Amino acid sequence: MSKLTDIAPRDFSLHPPRIAPDYRSSLSRGPIHKPIGFATTMTEATGPTFGHDVLGPNDHDLLINHAVDGGSAIGPRIMVHGVLSDGDGRPVPNALIEVWQANAGGRYRHKKDAYLAPLDPNFGGCGRVITGEDGSYSFRTVQPGAYPWPNGGNDWRPAHIHFSVFGMAFSQRLITQMYFEGDPHIALCPIAQSIPDAAAIDRLTARLDMEATVPMDIRAFRFDIVLRGRGATLFENQLEGT
Amino acid sequence: MAKLPESASQTSGPYVHIGCVPEFAGLERGYQSQLGTSLRADLMGDPITVRGRIIDGMGDPVLDGLVEIWQPDGAGTFHTNGRGFGRAPSHAETGEFVIETVMPGAVIDQNGTLQSPHLALWIVARGINVGLHTRAYFSDNVADDDPILSMIEPTRRTTLIAQKGSNGYQLDIHLQGENETVFFDV
Repeated sequence: MSKLTDIAPRDFSLHPPRIAPDYRSSLSRGPIHKPIGFATTMTEATGPTFGHDVLGPNDHDLLINHAVDGGSAIGPRIMVHGVLSDGDGRPVPNALIEVWQANAGGRYRHKKDAYLAPLDPNFGGCGRVITGEDGSYSFRTVQPGAYPWPNGGNDWRPAHIHFSVFGMAFSQRLITQMYFEGDPHIALCPIAQSIPDAAAIDRLTARLDMEATVPMDIRAFRFDIVLRGRGATLFENQLEGT
Repeated sequence: MAKLPESASQTSGPYVHIGCVPEFAGLERGYQSQLGTSLRADLMGDPITVRGRIIDGMGDPVLDGLVEIWQPDGAGTFHTNGRGFGRAPSHAETGEFVIETVMPGAVIDQNGTLQSPHLALWIVARGINVGLHTRAYFSDNVADDDPILSMIEPTRRTTLIAQKGSNGYQLDIHLQGENETVFFDV
């Protein structure tokens, strides 16, 4: 039997602690015990992959994928793009990325979000893409608004887009958030600042990309994502390709 | 090749259902295919149901959580194209998640060791800063010498074992407290 693909150990110094006291929800939801590590097995070295056929024609375009009657979402039009790679610097092709976000006023389309800002009838707030052979992805949306949230003080989230990312292995699974260059709320946010490494926060901050900005149409932001590295060995038996 | 640092994790926040199970979140114009909803239909094996709740350190059910499932089919074979992947969102009022799937087969790992049938689970919710990996084993289908369970002190092993009852299997995920679930660094 050939060797399994090993997954690089997770460097927890780059991630928020399980309990970050300034982020109150983590106080009762972050586990106390240290997680138990073990050598990669088949279960973690494999993971779900999806074909491009799962996507609908507008899944990557939040400007219109929830719009009615040819309308479009209200707010600053932006295109977010970048490359998904792994910790060894290899692009990750054919990987699913799901995104969700508040509308331009800072309101989510969710029955539990009662913020004063109105819903936009033409904006749902979710989208998804699959990376190309070179690991690249892009989607269109409106720039989300900042919004207040209950955390014990006068807390406002910086404008952000949630990202859910699949790699090739289940242990590479990642959920994170993308912030916007120049947003003063990043430095004030207990969730962003739960990350102990300033450079790691900076890497979650998308940059305005004038090269990719389309004149008189839409501004571009660049956001690259990195998953944990994998060994080079390919899967062997027990993984049935289809 | 260049070593790149992994992107930092951030909490999914309270609205992960919008992004991952939009129809469940009430979005009227969702996707043509909702991922993670066809475990049982996609896999050969005996149908089973696992029910549970995610419980926080105050003893309250988590209402904004999502459990992801990754598993082989009844013969222990992992597939591609999304087969073997499931999503079970916490119910917005009760917190219950329901996994309708098939009993996974035992898996032979790289050393030729047999692992008892199990589901890999990944838990996200508001307040969880890095998604939590754990497993569900089955009370009537678990070996005493399972290589992973054997690494865990006996008093905590039970947190990974779904109990068979008249209504299928039951397994609560405890984020904290006396019965805190064993989570993995994998």
